[in-house]
Amino acid sequence: MSGLSATAPAVPRKAEGSRKPRKSKAGWNLLGLLVFLSTGFPVYWMLNTAIKPAKDAIDPDPSLLPTGFTLDNFRRALNIADFWGPVGRSLVVSLTVVVIGIVVGMLAALAISRFAFRGRKVVIVGILAVQMVPLVAMIIPVFLLLNDLGQYDRLTGLIITYLTFILPFTVWTLRGFIVNIPKELEEAAMVDGCSRTTAFIRVVFPLLAPGLVATSVYGFIQAWNEYLYALMLMSQKNQTATVWLGNFTTKHGTEYAPMMAGSTMMAVPIVVLFLLVQRKMAAGLTAGAVKG
Amino acid sequence: MSAADTTTPAKLPPETRQAPPSPPAGGPDAPRRKRTAMGAAAVPWALLAPCLLILALVLGYPLVRLVALSFQKFGQSQLWGFQPADWVGLANFTAVLGDGEFWDVVVRTIVFAVGCVVFTMVVGMLIALLLQRVSGWMKTLINIVLVASWGMPIIVATTVFKWLFDSDYGIVNALLSRLPGVEMIGHNWFASGPQGLAVIMLLVVWGAVPFVVITLGAGLTQVPKELEEAARLDGAGAWGVFRYVTLPILKPIIVMLTTLSVIWDMGVFPQVFVMRGGHPEAEFQLLTTYSYDRAFAVNDYAQGSAIALLTVVLLLGVVAVYMRQMLKIGEVE
Repeated sequence: MSGLSATAPAVPRKAEGSRKPRKSKAGWNLLGLLVFLSTGFPVYWMLNTAIKPAKDAIDPDPSLLPTGFTLDNFRRALNIADFWGPVGRSLVVSLTVVVIGIVVGMLAALAISRFAFRGRKVVIVGILAVQMVPLVAMIIPVFLLLNDLGQYDRLTGLIITYLTFILPFTVWTLRGFIVNIPKELEEAAMVDGCSRTTAFIRVVFPLLAPGLVATSVYGFIQAWNEYLYALMLMSQKNQTATVWLGNFTTKHGTEYAPMMAGSTMMAVPIVVLFLLVQRKMAAGLTAGAVKG
Repeated sequence: MSAADTTTPAKLPPETRQAPPSPPAGGPDAPRRKRTAMGAAAVPWALLAPCLLILALVLGYPLVRLVALSFQKFGQSQLWGFQPADWVGLANFTAVLGDGEFWDVVVRTIVFAVGCVVFTMVVGMLIALLLQRVSGWMKTLINIVLVASWGMPIIVATTVFKWLFDSDYGIVNALLSRLPGVEMIGHNWFASGPQGLAVIMLLVVWGAVPFVVITLGAGLTQVPKELEEAARLDGAGAWGVFRYVTLPILKPIIVMLTTLSVIWDMGVFPQVFVMRGGHPEAEFQLLTTYSYDRAFAVNDYAQGSAIALLTVVLLLGVVAVYMRQMLKIGEVE
């Protein structure tokens, strides 16, 4: 995208640039640099602390630049409490939730975006409104529900719970993707002899695929990052990845350098995933699909 | 992304073009149309059924239970089933509303949320405007940082901020101490509620700004250059252009972002909870943590539910504004 806009209007941009004094741009860039440094600092400091020797981390007057490189903090982070168990549990929960969410959510999204029926608007408004209920408000009844069902401290219980926020999100996002696929494409296929189902599978589905991937990844991130339910509904021995990060603080204090190493291990994969889908989530999928 | 964008439309036309020579479309299509019309109502509801069923179980039932709980007496003995949950009418609400601490919490929550929203929106708008004025490479740099902080799991971000503001070894105290005449080493940011909540506010704003910047940035590209030009020719300064051209065009986006921010910032929980090691002191309690505390620390699930329900009611007005805006811009149709 940026590549396109950079090459195409090269000539007019140059003309515009010469009209404006160069100095003003430098001033804005300086301000931009300030924004860059201050916004990026927490992430930088996390990485910096993670790779510096633990004794340098507890220097009252720390150096802003890295003081050395070591992986000891990561080793310590892996040993402080079982790491792979929580990661495995988080993976199982997040993947299951996403799979259920995508399958069920896609059917529902199709219904509200491709069919005209009575009560449709109520369903849409309902799904939108449901996302506005703060999760924290639901923790008490959800806790009691799982307690009654005998699902407390079970991964299945956590999966059921996560559907409360993943499912409405999935339906809503997929609806957005489907609405952007022109109806004419399907109609053309149906005029040409496809049934509604075949038209969906052969025309809509391929166009929807990137949206499905983006929605899945985004839903996965949300489920992975969830903290409150994971803390409340699982015991210490069944903790998930986000809760695992609490192990660095004990009665005797906090091991900050290993904790930042742990934070790095938690954050990097998620941020990378996020970087991959963030643009896709925003981009329109079928711009110009009916041009031909 | 761009690959998918360009290949899919290219693939499509041949498929649609293949069909015309094969069947005379009119004949078999007519009866099929009729059939779909007859089953028209059944198909969408069948597609919706699994979704609605799951939502009824995982969301509907707990919501009903939440309301019911707030009119019951429900403590430890009811949890273990030793005693039935008795209906107590409005007793929970009168108890909660008659408690001075509750009102302190309400005021604190509102001040905190308003602070978060105002800072998020103002800073977000400033950065979005700045991004239009910086060079391309600077824009890329800032965007990368923004998306990275946006993608940071809240728990990780909270942990990192806890470390930044650590009283003995935190970098913030160390940097502030380098200023002449400032001695901050050993300063405990969380000794007082307002100061601690200010740090938490900074954390919330830091995490929320990227979404606002990116959404507003997309909106800013929609502002017609001609309008700005015309306003400038009519003698409007930079502020005038912003106030009378940019702002009115962005208004729908701003309303949506503000209402969403209010809803999210009223629901802030893990940031406070983790910063205070799982036991927020009285002067750190927000409605969410207060409700949690009542239920799981005091074991009064009924009062906790009543507080949660009051929070939801408090939010309803904001949600209504948000929904109205969604309907207005045709997002829901």
